[in-house]
Amino acid sequence: MSRFPMRLDIRRGHVDMSHGSGGRAMAQLIDELFLHHLDNALLRQGNDQAAFTVSAGRMVMSTDGHVISPLFFPGGDIGSLAVHGTLNDIAMSGAKPLYLAAGFILEEGFPLADLERIVISMAAAANAAGVPVVTGDTKVVERGKGDGVFITTTGVGVVPEGLAISGDGARPGDAILISGSMGDHGVAIMSSRENLEFETRIESDSAALHTLVAAMVDAVPEIHCLRDPTRGGLATTLNELAQQSGVGMRLREATIPVRSAVQAACELLGLDPLYVANEGKLICICPAVAAERLLAVMRNHPLAAEAAIIGEVVEDAESFVQMETSFGGSRIVDWLAGEQLPRIC
Amino acid sequence: MKYIDEFRQRDLAETLAAAIDREADHRRHYRIMEFCGGHTHAIFRYGVQDLMPANVRFIHGPGCPVCVLPIGRIDSAIALVEVHGVILCTYGDMLRVPASDRRSLLKVKAEGGDVRMVYSTQDALKIARDNPGRQVVFFAIGFETTTPPTAVALQQAQAEGLQNFSVFCNHVLTPAAMRAILDAPQRAGEAALAIDGFLGPSHVSTIIGSHAYAPLARRYGKPVVIAGFEPLDVMQSALMVIRQLNEGRCEVENEYSRVVTAEGNRKAQARVAEVFELRPTFEWRGLGLVADSALRIRPEYANLDAEQRFEVAAISASDVKGCECPSILRGVKRPVDCKLFGTVCSPENPMGSCMVSSEGACAAYWSYGRFRQPDDAGAVQEGVA
Repeated sequence: MSRFPMRLDIRRGHVDMSHGSGGRAMAQLIDELFLHHLDNALLRQGNDQAAFTVSAGRMVMSTDGHVISPLFFPGGDIGSLAVHGTLNDIAMSGAKPLYLAAGFILEEGFPLADLERIVISMAAAANAAGVPVVTGDTKVVERGKGDGVFITTTGVGVVPEGLAISGDGARPGDAILISGSMGDHGVAIMSSRENLEFETRIESDSAALHTLVAAMVDAVPEIHCLRDPTRGGLATTLNELAQQSGVGMRLREATIPVRSAVQAACELLGLDPLYVANEGKLICICPAVAAERLLAVMRNHPLAAEAAIIGEVVEDAESFVQMETSFGGSRIVDWLAGEQLPRIC
Repeated sequence: MKYIDEFRQRDLAETLAAAIDREADHRRHYRIMEFCGGHTHAIFRYGVQDLMPANVRFIHGPGCPVCVLPIGRIDSAIALVEVHGVILCTYGDMLRVPASDRRSLLKVKAEGGDVRMVYSTQDALKIARDNPGRQVVFFAIGFETTTPPTAVALQQAQAEGLQNFSVFCNHVLTPAAMRAILDAPQRAGEAALAIDGFLGPSHVSTIIGSHAYAPLARRYGKPVVIAGFEPLDVMQSALMVIRQLNEGRCEVENEYSRVVTAEGNRKAQARVAEVFELRPTFEWRGLGLVADSALRIRPEYANLDAEQRFEVAAISASDVKGCECPSILRGVKRPVDCKLFGTVCSPENPMGSCMVSSEGACAAYWSYGRFRQPDDAGAVQEGVA
């Protein structure tokens, strides 16, 4: 029998200040909504922390705040995104993610039905990834002090032995690979935010990449860098890596996959797909000799069927990322300046 | 992508490059000003200069609407928000343009000012309808392309009796700016203006038509070729300018014939004429005061004119000291000739207007071409005629 005489009215109810007060209402929300869907042995213990034993070796830890608007978008929602985002940050060290923690900041008045939808999606993403949410926190802020719901997730993972993957590891001569098409997530968000309807529905690529990474490091342990090109897109992430490693890069535009619907939306909005965010793609830099072997492994994985070698690392004291354009000219691919704002003409 | 990729094909680019190389007389230089920022953007984004022979140069003109708006007008817009408490609606690229005291609309917004980015004048009208208790001002900027939608919005607001909507009008005219560039006297320490021909605007010309440039081509003896914004359009148009120069012609030709007609969009022109009239003079960043170069709202619509409703003071603010935007906008200096370029002035912290929009000459140099030697990428060559 339930600890609470009346079940939470998820269908019609809303978050109120008592749900963050630490009292019975909060306990009920946690019980009937969070624990109900995210259920696992550690979470069920109901402690303010999760205790677990770790194996020897190098651990990684990462945290990521999610404030996306709209909360629900084609191809995902803030719940699945909060799981994928942190799993990917962990995975980009080559690590196997083990556990997640989640902190929710809810705005007074937020519909419980929407919250449940988000938590169900989060649970599905965590289950699919095989990484449980083992501890969490809920706070409520007054109406107008939040934007529905913010979710911060933190993850821990363990790095297999023999890996040395880091943003400063790129060396001249290395090959640069990406796992698939660029710009899907950003365009999906922007088109749902602006209510732009395209003939082809553009879905976010939000996905957890740790199984892809596991296959990659298994085949080619000598991978030098891994990073997911989220905010700022491919262009900004490559510039970060070039700067960190003290090298330059040369790309071939024609080899970078961009979906035609994404290309079209970018034309319309005046954006460059190379600067648009991704949530289910990775960049990999590895010794040139291993590139073809790695490409074959990647293409064999469902999340990287369109993987491609897009260029190489070169010596460059100024760390420029240059690109041979599809048109036959060349240009610099610079950092994103400010926000990408739509052009007017 | 259909109707786009066709104008970006590499093999066609190579064929055109070969034709340009064959037809360009190697004993002379061809200095072609692309007026529009859209062309500047295409030239840099696709690396078009790399496909040109060394004696064919692009000179980047002032056709970037946010680049030419003087600081004083942005200060006035800020005053509308801070002094009069209006909701200011603006196109996105206006947000980062530097105003006086290193401020911008983006900073005003961060400090609590109600500045909203819109995609069209219709969004601004909607905001006015949704906020009957607030004054809503549309910050109207741009060349002839963006003028008709502003005219339509004013007529709609008039018809609806929308009391809380008004327009801060800053619309400017292209042919007047081209004349101003060609008429500008040589300044001390500046190279002589060296422009052999123009790539004419694409979107602007859809409205005003290619005929609009005929007096200019005749009077100044400069060929004008209306060019589309795709890289193949730019190359084909450059070839057309080169042919005219080789044959001693100075005509208006229309490469962008898939969209632009000789007479332009008559309906749009009529709407604009109903709502706007010429301003006797208007200040341009880089070009100074230019006669008959901008539009203001007609007396019939005076009740929707923000400048009258709020008594907007004319603020004259000087550009940042050392900024070479004025010379760059007139094509007589290159971005790399400016001491501020890449030192204190960058897209993250623009000092001058050319660094603000990706269509500005400085931002394009910085974002797409700064690794090159100054002699590449559109340098103005001296001593060769």
